[in-house]
Amino acid sequence: MIVASRTGQALLGVAALAIASMPFWASSWHMQLVSTALVGALLALSLQLLVGGTGLVSLGQAGFFGLGAYTVYLLGSPPVWIALPAAMAAAGAAALLTGTLALRTRGFFFLMTSLAFGQMMFFAFHDTGLGGGSDGQFIARPFLGFALSRQNRPAALLLANLTVLTIVYAALCWLMGTAFGHALQGIRSNENRMAAMGHNVQRLKLAAFVLSGALAGLAGHMSVLTDGFVNPGLLDWHRSAEALLMILLGGIGALHGPILGAFALTAVQEAGSLLTDRPRLIEGAVFLAAVLFLRHGLAGRRR
Amino acid sequence: MIRSENLTRRFGGLLAVDGVSLTLERGRLHAVIGPNGAGKSTLINLLSGELPPTAGRILFDGQDIARWPAWKRGQAGIGRTFQHSNAMRDMSVLENTRLAVQARSGIGLFRSAQNPRLIQSALAALHRTGLTGAAKAEAGTLSHGQARLLEIAMALAGAPSVLLLDEPLAGLGPEETAPIVALLRDLARDHAVLLVEHDMDVVFAVAAIVTVMDEGRVLATGDPHAIRTSAAVRDAYLGQGA
Repeated sequence: MIVASRTGQALLGVAALAIASMPFWASSWHMQLVSTALVGALLALSLQLLVGGTGLVSLGQAGFFGLGAYTVYLLGSPPVWIALPAAMAAAGAAALLTGTLALRTRGFFFLMTSLAFGQMMFFAFHDTGLGGGSDGQFIARPFLGFALSRQNRPAALLLANLTVLTIVYAALCWLMGTAFGHALQGIRSNENRMAAMGHNVQRLKLAAFVLSGALAGLAGHMSVLTDGFVNPGLLDWHRSAEALLMILLGGIGALHGPILGAFALTAVQEAGSLLTDRPRLIEGAVFLAAVLFLRHGLAGRRR
Repeated sequence: MIRSENLTRRFGGLLAVDGVSLTLERGRLHAVIGPNGAGKSTLINLLSGELPPTAGRILFDGQDIARWPAWKRGQAGIGRTFQHSNAMRDMSVLENTRLAVQARSGIGLFRSAQNPRLIQSALAALHRTGLTGAAKAEAGTLSHGQARLLEIAMALAGAPSVLLLDEPLAGLGPEETAPIVALLRDLARDHAVLLVEHDMDVVFAVAAIVTVMDEGRVLATGDPHAIRTSAAVRDAYLGQGA
């Protein structure tokens, strides 16, 4: 998987600075929109560790995302230094449990098994008393360490989301350069050969799956922080599929692909609903075009 | 060093490997020959853990490893090559070899993959197989001859004590064969080597001991001279081509 070149990282840095400056010039509505894209990028980035990083195409990522969000709700919105690690730990533990079973399968069967586990998590909250019912609940946002007023909230949350995404992206850049990251790439390319050479492929895949689940839980935590509510839709498989589409659109071969994809998808969805009553139609056309003409996504391919 | 006892593998009604017992010793090249379908590749897959045996034992340093998964055997020092080139095709030759080194290096998973020790060992394996010039090439773009060499380099890079070589010379011309034959001799000095090979000239030139298989069973085992002159072997196998 490609980690962005120097130029690419500089461009990402400029984009991050532009977002960081939004409180000085943008409306609350625009900042909320960008926050939504940042949370989507975080979820897609967690999934990219599996898809582009390890060659595991999963359709259950929203389960861990929603579990992270519901952890905050079920704990009664504790301060962020409790809520954030708790959301990651709960999602990571669920990933350990489901990954141990799902990773016994490969390819298409792994995809379907991950979907099944994701839907099981969905139905744990859908139409049950566990998470406040099918309609969801508004919740008090976790305490960030300083008071948030209605006026400064969009700006503060925008900066919080941007900071978390930047840290996670930087951490994954580092991780993909380690012996562990290279081993994951080897598994993506040729799992059997990696095992023959003595790599414990199952354990490496499980480690990636748990880390990816924990990061999805982090994204879920940021989603609750941003939107202030939970509902079972957070765990719906449509969200998993959307994260996969972000990766596809942004570039499956690049670590920054899902970030580009999340922003592109959010833009397409907004433009779609401004222009027509059927925004999904526009979305579909864009994906068709991406698959046909942009095989390596917006991130392209180095060389 | 590594010994199979009564090793058996059944595919449905077919006994692909039928009660094979053989011993590989360090410093000795043990060739396995036989017609197509004799069970030679299956034997390698059983020894390397690609396939679980239906019955029998595999003793490696005194332990029965017959139920171990492939990765654990690779980790323990059983290296192998594949009959059909089986590299990480979208990665460079150096990266393929470096991953082989990494598997058994004991280096921390969260250290940089560009660790000089890993790179040095990988380059040494490439040097030994004559692939230094192709280090940066993508494995999927190599010529057939280079791909065969990469198979050996990757097996070698893990510093194994046992080398299972599945037709390393398949499809190579005479000028490509010569350096590999020299390499095989060299490797046999400090490894236990099992060589499956169709080229009889090569087998009789490098092997210290030869096992002839047919229909999953061992027909004969002996030194090359004894095998070459055995009437039973001649009838079953060598007679067809010789």
